[in-house]
Amino acid sequence: MKRSSDNEKFTRRAFFVGAAQGTFLVVLGGRLAWLQIAQGSRYKTLSDENRINTKILPPTRGQIVDRFGVPLAVNNQNFRVLIIPEQAENLEKSLRALQKYIDVEESSIQTVLKQAKKSPKYVPLEIKDDLSWEEVAKVEVNLPDLPGLSTNVGEIRGYPLGEATAHLIGYVGAVNKNELTSDPLLSVPGFKIGKSAIEKTHDLAMRGKAGSSDVEVNVVGREVRELKRIDPVPGERVMLTIDGELQRFAQKRLSEQQSASAVVMNVHSGEVYALASYPAFDPNVFSRGISAALWEELLANPGFPLTNKAIAGQYPPGSTFKMITALAGLKAGKITTNRTVFCPGHYILGKGRFHCWKKGGHGYVNLSDALAKSCDVFFYQMANEMGIDAISEMASQFGLGKNFGFDLSEERPGLVPTRDWKKARFNETWQPGETIVNAIGQGYFLTTPLQLAVMTARLVNGGYEVKPQITGYVGDKSPAPQKWPKMKVPDAHLKLMMQGMNKVVNHERGTAYGSRVKDPPEFAYAGKTGTAQVRRITMQQRASGVKNEDLAWRERHHALFVGYAPLDKPVYACAVVVEHGVGGALTAAPIARDLLVEVQKRNPAGTPVAVQSAPAPAAQIKAKEPI
Amino acid sequence: MVKSIILQSEQGIIHKLKNLDWAFIALIVTVACIGFTALYSAAGGNFEPWAENQMQRFSVIFFGMLIIALIDVRWWFKFAWWLYGIGFILLVYVEIMGHIGMGAQRWINLGFMKLQPSELMKVALVLTLARYFHAATSEDIKRLSFLIVPALLIGAPVGLVMLQPDLGTALMTSFAGAAMVFVAGAPLWIFIGAAAAVAGAIPIGWHFMHDYQRQRVLTFLNPESDPLGSGYHITQSKIALGSGGLKGKGFLDGSQSHLDFLPEKQTDFIFTLWAEEWGLAGGVALLLLFGLIIWYGLWIALRARHNFGRYLAFGLTFNFSIYVFVNIAMVMGLIPVVGAPLPLVSYGGTAMLAAMIGFGLILSCNLYRDSKVTRI
Repeated sequence: MKRSSDNEKFTRRAFFVGAAQGTFLVVLGGRLAWLQIAQGSRYKTLSDENRINTKILPPTRGQIVDRFGVPLAVNNQNFRVLIIPEQAENLEKSLRALQKYIDVEESSIQTVLKQAKKSPKYVPLEIKDDLSWEEVAKVEVNLPDLPGLSTNVGEIRGYPLGEATAHLIGYVGAVNKNELTSDPLLSVPGFKIGKSAIEKTHDLAMRGKAGSSDVEVNVVGREVRELKRIDPVPGERVMLTIDGELQRFAQKRLSEQQSASAVVMNVHSGEVYALASYPAFDPNVFSRGISAALWEELLANPGFPLTNKAIAGQYPPGSTFKMITALAGLKAGKITTNRTVFCPGHYILGKGRFHCWKKGGHGYVNLSDALAKSCDVFFYQMANEMGIDAISEMASQFGLGKNFGFDLSEERPGLVPTRDWKKARFNETWQPGETIVNAIGQGYFLTTPLQLAVMTARLVNGGYEVKPQITGYVGDKSPAPQKWPKMKVPDAHLKLMMQGMNKVVNHERGTAYGSRVKDPPEFAYAGKTGTAQVRRITMQQRASGVKNEDLAWRERHHALFVGYAPLDKPVYACAVVVEHGVGGALTAAPIARDLLVEVQKRNPAGTPVAVQSAPAPAAQIKAKEPI
Repeated sequence: MVKSIILQSEQGIIHKLKNLDWAFIALIVTVACIGFTALYSAAGGNFEPWAENQMQRFSVIFFGMLIIALIDVRWWFKFAWWLYGIGFILLVYVEIMGHIGMGAQRWINLGFMKLQPSELMKVALVLTLARYFHAATSEDIKRLSFLIVPALLIGAPVGLVMLQPDLGTALMTSFAGAAMVFVAGAPLWIFIGAAAAVAGAIPIGWHFMHDYQRQRVLTFLNPESDPLGSGYHITQSKIALGSGGLKGKGFLDGSQSHLDFLPEKQTDFIFTLWAEEWGLAGGVALLLLFGLIIWYGLWIALRARHNFGRYLAFGLTFNFSIYVFVNIAMVMGLIPVVGAPLPLVSYGGTAMLAAMIGFGLILSCNLYRDSKVTRI
């Protein structure tokens, strides 16, 4: 009896415990349902965030090619040797073993050892890049001796023409903080963007679109497999109007001087065929990363190798400006074909005495003589009669004094002085003597070689306001063909200028007669010399007859030349500036001659830029053959 | 010796084997098979390194369980105190070795497995308490002095385990002991009073807790506050469970587990892996299987004709259920992380050994439910 009551108590309490356990079981089931059903989608997201890592796949940068499709900027393979610490039994031993086969600097080894301590063991570390084929082969063959090592290939921007296109094409470099935008590509380590010139101008088009790869990763971030991949869209190819071979020729020719720049362009379309500036730098070094020492050296060079002087060098135009003064004079009616001026070697205005470059003077000169012989006194007289405003207005019409809004953002505007400008700048009124000086391209006028080439083109193309063009195609899109407006300059006046410029080169009294083309005659050209004073010639120097050649390089005059060819139906215009080149006829004219002969030989105008003209090898060979 | 123990009873061994509760055994094997499946998946679809080991271990231990089941329950009655003594000595041994060695060492390395004496001690404690209460009358139990012995029996191992320090095991052991005192018929006011005392003792306990134990409690209260630190395990476990959904991610496709986000997936967090891959359906199925085992155990306890069998079956079942509940509640973030395995499913020898010894004894209680248990 007592036993059975004990029993009942046990049963009762056991049931109670069983019920409690049942309840607990229901609680657990409920909790599971809450987590998996009610909160399921939230945890699903968290789970995916856990396991999926999105990697950005950088696209291939678009090529830059010349008008014939010859590559000017390409993506070269960059062979690298890497080490994955977890695969190396002994990190340092593997690195030392590598040193037996290829040159590895001690500092790189120390860097890798340091990095290995910080990063996860499965992350590959770069030991050396830019390996030669031979080095790659040596590493590959000896991989069994080199646990943990591997080679891979990346892309590095290469410039086949090197220094010749340094200023024109520019270079690429790592993204700095100010350049970061919402484009995720810019945050990819090692990603490079255009830093100057065409590389910068068309950077967005050439950059392409990033792809992505969703990889499943485990808790320590090791990739397990790829889940989804969007391939990157390669950047667009940029075709320039440039003739690469002519560009190289120009650069080589300029390199005979200490510091010079040149532009060759089409007078009708404005297409630029060559745009060269010497000294330059090797852009291939820049894309690999430049050393501090080399950078210092480039900065210290008096020839400013980092500056594209063809568009950013601002020089007084000197006598190359005389066509502008002449046109202003013709327009003002001060100059007629019959009018002559007596040149005694100087011009007196009030108390001022203004010298002609020729000590004895030119005697009686008309417009065509004045241009051919570059008589200063003729233009002094005209300038004094018409005043600065007429000259400045004409200069502006011909493209001087402001930017073209060219594809190279490094272009500088130069300067066309006016009365208002002087008032604003110096708070002084314009002096008649200043008009005299400015009329022959000295004084305040500043021009760039590009502007001088455009000025020449406008003089000889029938009076159209042509502007320089350098981009032919971006991808398959071309800038809309331009219809240049006609300028308000009578054709007859322009014809006089061409006659004068013809005489400069091809008349025995012309200043550039020594640089004329003798053979073959069909490559004859015309032009105008110019010499720009760097410093004022002192009375003492003038009296003692110090020759400019004898002065220190820095004190010598700049030599300029503008020209065009062929004579009857001009197609090509050219401008050359040789810094401290003493005299236009002496140093600039021979270069201009060679460029104009070369461009006529190659005749790039005969091959329109066309996106379809993929680099057909035949076309390339033909282009390289001398005619 | 074992043979003689079995044969001395009146019936033949074949007959006894027939009379074993094979439905109960089937439940146990089913759950163990779920464990093998989960371990196979935890290794990314490989029998190595866990599933194979576990299966071999289970086979051996399974035979051990059958032998225990066949042994006359009266022998267990007879040797209860001895077993308690051995367990206690082992506990003291690891405590001393733990001091000599480093940190919290809780096991004895037997070579083929690491034996945690605290696990065996729990079985021994249940045996001893069952024997103690077997002869007690309801009057005895109402006397407070009668409860001094059980309190000491429970308190001694709990104290040693606390010293290890293993708060989780200590709590579970004392809870199992208390449950036996409860069903034996001790006055209710003792339990109410004890609950009140515990509530009062919490601030004091907090004071004596180790930093990592405090951290566990704090993390439990708000796991997401420190997702990369102490809350990491629980947060990841909840993500794994939650992302499983109704049907789960599929066998071998539990991304949380396979990508190593889930810590201890083969041991303490095996339930998470299971429910991530098989979803709510699989999780509830496993819960129900555990529920069936527990209720079956209770039913066996109720069916026994002698007190020893009742208390023994009840105590062992309760012990098992505590493990199940604590582990599953832990991985779901309902209680702090205490480091308790899921019996039968988690990888590991001791926990399986303890659970299977328990089942062997329960089966023995069932087989010999009609025996007259008196002091031999």
